[in-house]
Amino acid sequence: MLKRLPQKNLECLWEEEKLIKIVKRDQPSRAIFFLTPVLAIFLTLFAGGLIFYILGFKPFEALKFFFIVPIADMYGFSELLLKATPLCLIAIGLSFCFKSNNWNIGAEGQLTFGAIVSGGVALLFYNQEGFYILPIVILAGAIGGMLYASIPAILKTYFNTNEILVSLMLVYVSKLILDYLVVGPWSNPEGFNFPETRQFSDSAKLPILFEGLRIHAGIFLALAAVVVSWFVFYKTYLGFQMKVSGFSLKTAKYAGYKGKKMIILVFLISGACAGLAGVGEITGPIGQLHREVSPDYGFTAIIVAFLGRLHPIGIIFASLIVAITYLGAETAQIFMQIPKYTGQVFQGMILFFLLASDYLLFFKIKFTGLKK
Amino acid sequence: MHKIFTRSLVSSLVFLFTLTVSAVAKDVKAAFVYIGPTGDHGWTYQHDVGRKAVEAAGYKTTYVEGVPESADAERVLRQLANSGHDVIFTTSFGYMNPTNKVAKEFPNVKFEHATGYKREHPNVSTYAARFYEGRAILGTIAGSMTKSNVIGYVASFPIPEVIRGINSFTLAAQKVNPNIKTKIVWAFTWYDPGKESEAAKALIDQGADIIAQHTDSTAIVQIAEKAGVYAFGQASDMDKFAPKAVLTSVENNWGPYYVDRVKAVANGTWSQKDTWHGIGDGMVVISDLDSAIPSDLQAKVKKLQADLASGKVHAFTGPIYDQKGGLMVAEGKTADDGMLAGMMTYVKGVEGDIPK
Repeated sequence: MLKRLPQKNLECLWEEEKLIKIVKRDQPSRAIFFLTPVLAIFLTLFAGGLIFYILGFKPFEALKFFFIVPIADMYGFSELLLKATPLCLIAIGLSFCFKSNNWNIGAEGQLTFGAIVSGGVALLFYNQEGFYILPIVILAGAIGGMLYASIPAILKTYFNTNEILVSLMLVYVSKLILDYLVVGPWSNPEGFNFPETRQFSDSAKLPILFEGLRIHAGIFLALAAVVVSWFVFYKTYLGFQMKVSGFSLKTAKYAGYKGKKMIILVFLISGACAGLAGVGEITGPIGQLHREVSPDYGFTAIIVAFLGRLHPIGIIFASLIVAITYLGAETAQIFMQIPKYTGQVFQGMILFFLLASDYLLFFKIKFTGLKK
Repeated sequence: MHKIFTRSLVSSLVFLFTLTVSAVAKDVKAAFVYIGPTGDHGWTYQHDVGRKAVEAAGYKTTYVEGVPESADAERVLRQLANSGHDVIFTTSFGYMNPTNKVAKEFPNVKFEHATGYKREHPNVSTYAARFYEGRAILGTIAGSMTKSNVIGYVASFPIPEVIRGINSFTLAAQKVNPNIKTKIVWAFTWYDPGKESEAAKALIDQGADIIAQHTDSTAIVQIAEKAGVYAFGQASDMDKFAPKAVLTSVENNWGPYYVDRVKAVANGTWSQKDTWHGIGDGMVVISDLDSAIPSDLQAKVKKLQADLASGKVHAFTGPIYDQKGGLMVAEGKTADDGMLAGMMTYVKGVEGDIPK
């Protein structure tokens, strides 16, 4: 076994013991590719339990309040779906960008701008009823998101700017525009100058699916996005182009793909999805525009997209898992006085463990035993 | 089949109802919903101090911190109402619509919403503090102690609450020093130490030698300490963060009100109210005055404090003119609460325009 002379101490010790061996894979493993997210979740649960234990809480009870109690009844489950809907929708949109090597970090801005445009249209129809209002409001949101996403796309394709920076910075611009509108021109005239608009009319709101619950028709938008994205990714020429560009931009160029067109297209799709998520929030549970339309769904959706491996079905599961960290954090604080910010710790840990276990994609662990 | 189901549903509802009623009679549980972390040393911190006063009075409390004013607020409220809490304090303006919505579904639970105006159901009360009274005291100190006659003011959002504070501060400062100017920088945040620091630095660069703030972090007083100018603490006594710079602080003192309301729920005497308390009722407290304030000014400030508390002096007493010289409040009159609640114009002496 000791064929080589020891080069440097640490590695040589490892070689001598040689119970476990780490070998580079010839090809990334497909099974591991879909297994690592599951592994990451288990590691997160374990580490979470450990943190609870160190903080002096009973780990199993805490995990129960975090992951089981919030969805133990119909209402809780509907809230989970409500929370997962925008995450899923945005992550699906982002996966178009990420698959093709376009780093759109500004979904939060596209969501906000979509909400602004659709909210503006909804306010135009203030106190009016009619079946045609809602489709116009929804369409306006999608267009708003697309317009806003087209800025980093056009700047990238024609001026060679970095889309990460442009899309991220535009998030803050969109929030300032929203601030300006709800404080100034769009603020509720009967609202004592508080920063909020009027409530939308019922015709401008997404219908509620079940009496007494908050889950609304926006979930169908998310499911439609899942189906469409699956079809595009795996059944169309565009999906193939995206995949090739994702692997190697040079190959895509040699193949003669029109890169610019595709870049703009994936940004538009991504922006439309984020815009629709914004519509779902303001015409669903909120019912008006105010300063806080989204608790950073656009950023959290980036975790969701990667946890779901940029795969439509994976993204559904990932959005449910991330959504439950929000609900669980609230329940854990109410019933066990665990600080609510542990929810964010869980989101961070999931991403961390996922990235860490990606190591297994390229390396495998070999148990060689002690045979000589 | 249908009938049996309805009957069992009704009987179980009645059972649940008697269960909650008997729970109310025994011990009352209060819940608090916070916009920020309890450790912000500003707005949320002071509400949590109030919550601890309720605990000390012998009642059980729960809180949820960092609840965004998005669609999430409604879920948190419903969960608290559903889990045996008898009174729920929602401590940020943005919870107004969710509070009223959930209150409709839980008529047996009392809701107390801070700084809002909607009381759509008999189980919703609103409460706020007359912070502008405290700002009149800060203005008096600032006007007397400034050497550059330029006073900086870091503001959060252009809403009546903040405009009212700026006006009250400026009017009081003008009374002792007609030459002062109040320069405003809008930070467009309630809590962002980075942005607040930038705003404070900009004001100091423009010649301000006293900085007032209507944002919640301790960053501004710390910047003032470094720059060697004076400042005022906000929401809590911030003296320990900048012992030289902080002349005094206006403290939000929610404890007495919270204990009062929870007791009322326990005794069954709770009723809908719109509370707007100031220095007189102890909801607004002025911290110890710093020794840098000369003793004659200290005496003057103490007198003003007593007069504001007794109602002998009103912070908005005419004649008050707006920036263009138009009369807002006539000589000898005072601004009524309706005018104060919707105040969206600067008084004379404030520099700049309200962002619109």
